Amino acid sequence: MPRKITIEPVTRVEGHGKVTIQMDDNNNVARSRLHIVEFRGFERFAQGRPYWEMPVLVQRLCGICPVSHHLAAAKAVDVIVGAGTGEGLTPTGEKMRRLMHHGQIFQSHALHFFHLVSPDLLFGADADPAIRNVIGVALEHKDLAVQGVMMRKFGQEIIRATAGKKIHGTGAIPGGINKHLTPEEKDEFLKGKDPLNIDKMIEWSLGALDFFKGYHAKNAEMLDNFAVFPSNHLSLVRKDGAMDLYHGVLRAVDSEGKKILNDVDYQDYLKYIGEEVKTWSYMKFPYLLSIGKKDGWYTVGPLARLNTADFIPTPLAQKEFENYKAYTKGKPNHMSMHMHYARLIELLHAAEVMKELLNDPDLMKGELVTKGPKAKEGVGLIEAPRGTLFHHYRIDDEDKIVMANLIVSTTNNNEPMNRAVNYVANKVFNGKKEISEGMMNRVEMAIRAYDPCLSCATHALGQMPLEITMVDSSGNVLGKKTR
Amino acid sequence: MKEITIKIDGKECKAKSGQTIVEAAKANGIYIPTLCHYDGLKPAGTCRICTVKVGGRNMAACTTPVGEGMVIESNTPELEEIRKAIVEMLFVEGNHMCPTCEKSGNCELQAMGYRYRMMVPRFPYLFPVRPINAKTPKIYIDGNRCIQCLRCARGVLAPDGKKIFGLVKRGGKAMISVDEELAAALTDEQAQKAMDMCPVGAILRKEAGFKVPIGSRKFDSAQIGSDIE
Repeated sequence: MPRKITIEPVTRVEGHGKVTIQMDDNNNVARSRLHIVEFRGFERFAQGRPYWEMPVLVQRLCGICPVSHHLAAAKAVDVIVGAGTGEGLTPTGEKMRRLMHHGQIFQSHALHFFHLVSPDLLFGADADPAIRNVIGVALEHKDLAVQGVMMRKFGQEIIRATAGKKIHGTGAIPGGINKHLTPEEKDEFLKGKDPLNIDKMIEWSLGALDFFKGYHAKNAEMLDNFAVFPSNHLSLVRKDGAMDLYHGVLRAVDSEGKKILNDVDYQDYLKYIGEEVKTWSYMKFPYLLSIGKKDGWYTVGPLARLNTADFIPTPLAQKEFENYKAYTKGKPNHMSMHMHYARLIELLHAAEVMKELLNDPDLMKGELVTKGPKAKEGVGLIEAPRGTLFHHYRIDDEDKIVMANLIVSTTNNNEPMNRAVNYVANKVFNGKKEISEGMMNRVEMAIRAYDPCLSCATHALGQMPLEITMVDSSGNVLGKKTR
Repeated sequence: MKEITIKIDGKECKAKSGQTIVEAAKANGIYIPTLCHYDGLKPAGTCRICTVKVGGRNMAACTTPVGEGMVIESNTPELEEIRKAIVEMLFVEGNHMCPTCEKSGNCELQAMGYRYRMMVPRFPYLFPVRPINAKTPKIYIDGNRCIQCLRCARGVLAPDGKKIFGLVKRGGKAMISVDEELAAALTDEQAQKAMDMCPVGAILRKEAGFKVPIGSRKFDSAQIGSDIE
């Protein structure tokens, strides 16, 4: 009899989603879907509010990466106040924002790897979920757990120093920033008591990479074959092709690495990106207009960024990037579990960028804000920890927002996540009558690789109950399993 | 001005005849909370958060003049509870979204909420529909946040003395309105004065939000009233 398996809620991801797997009469997967069941509506809340409120208002849709929304909105309103499209700010304005952003990337990537992913790697997908969590890591691998906490703290302190608060600060304002870094703050970050100084953060980032590479050496079979499927990849890159997480041009490559979006100005993103709505999810499905709805979907995030960039402009991360690219012989990497590898290279890059910026005297002096001829519309893009984030605003003659369009990173990854779920469901559910804990977790692992922020809301520790319900084609509940 | 003696919460205080209770208390280092009161403006007594007991009766301390031998109760559990309830009422009667308001950290109503340890209002939210007026070039008036203290109506005047702000409608529907023609002629200094005078985020200067970083805002490091106490 056909069965429907529901995994709800999906754990150790940010927010709330569920997975349904429809089984046919032979116990094979007929269809799988990742549903996003939360509705936020921020695009509507923004309407009628003054444009300068956007960086502070819209960041409230997320407690994990508010800095990304804060900065993407600030970049969009920069255009409205005539401060240029990412390059026109004062050196202080731009560098303070870059420091804030890399602090955010650093803390978010550290959180994801150490708190959300390491339990799967350290204990295995089949381990008891009572152990396979961040508390289990803290009990059995204390050093790693401490590193995760302290790296997150360092990134959060950088955010506090640049945005005013660790969560939901107000640092980025239209046309710049509202504060300098103090010499005391700079000294603390550069030479603070161990472990809270930038050199230790770089050392630990390298250590996390070594840990992953060591794990890969022993588990290459699993990591290289888990949810592998060809995809297009999209991200911002610097004009010279370097990785740039704060600003750049929009580039997309196909599964073979051929450029399908050739370094275009993101102010014109509507010429290149479309969004499709499906009835079973609140999350839209973006795609490249030139390729169409069916095949135009793309991946964003660490894996995509390492697939689109030509090089990384910091030495230690560049060295790792070269090894990483060599593994796929320079071709795009489509292995979902390598997303963790890519994320750790970015973690290292973010630490290196922070060190570079902290040594820059512009952070402590100079003009904070710039303005120019006003515009009625602005687009701001940024490479958030989870991928490319789009903010687009239009204002009326009274400075009120009349249109807001947000394409968040996880929305960009909607189709790839569904593909990853489908891939894993087919591998582990086909022909099975009973559902094991490990099978459930493998589906979640596929989603978790994308570090999705399903509602842009937080669930500390991810200790939510997971429920699987089996339903036949008539809707009768055949069985239920809860943990 | 004749010096007189009064008692506030049992403490003997010197005051000048003609002073209000709020002014006399301030001069003696005693804080009585106020929202509609603004130094230099004629008292209005609209918010009632300064309620004190004089001879067993509740009085607005901002409008009541002191008298020789007056015995005033201010810092009592009963009055503090009344004040907390008033703060809660002000919150539920408007649409106050502190997390995204640029006055946050400089807002007297928010500061009062913190002072009185307000967690969840005991009254239901009314969610009134209030207009936003952004038609004038220098200021932005957000009716959602107005507490009708009338500071703007009393303190921001045109050069010929005409009122720029005023109250329209009655009762629960009363709200602040602006003379758009006069407001269009506001100088930058007047616009700033209007914003500074507003205890909440109802009058804002256009295109100037969030310029003061967190940590340097008025109530970031000291609670409201601490400059007097």
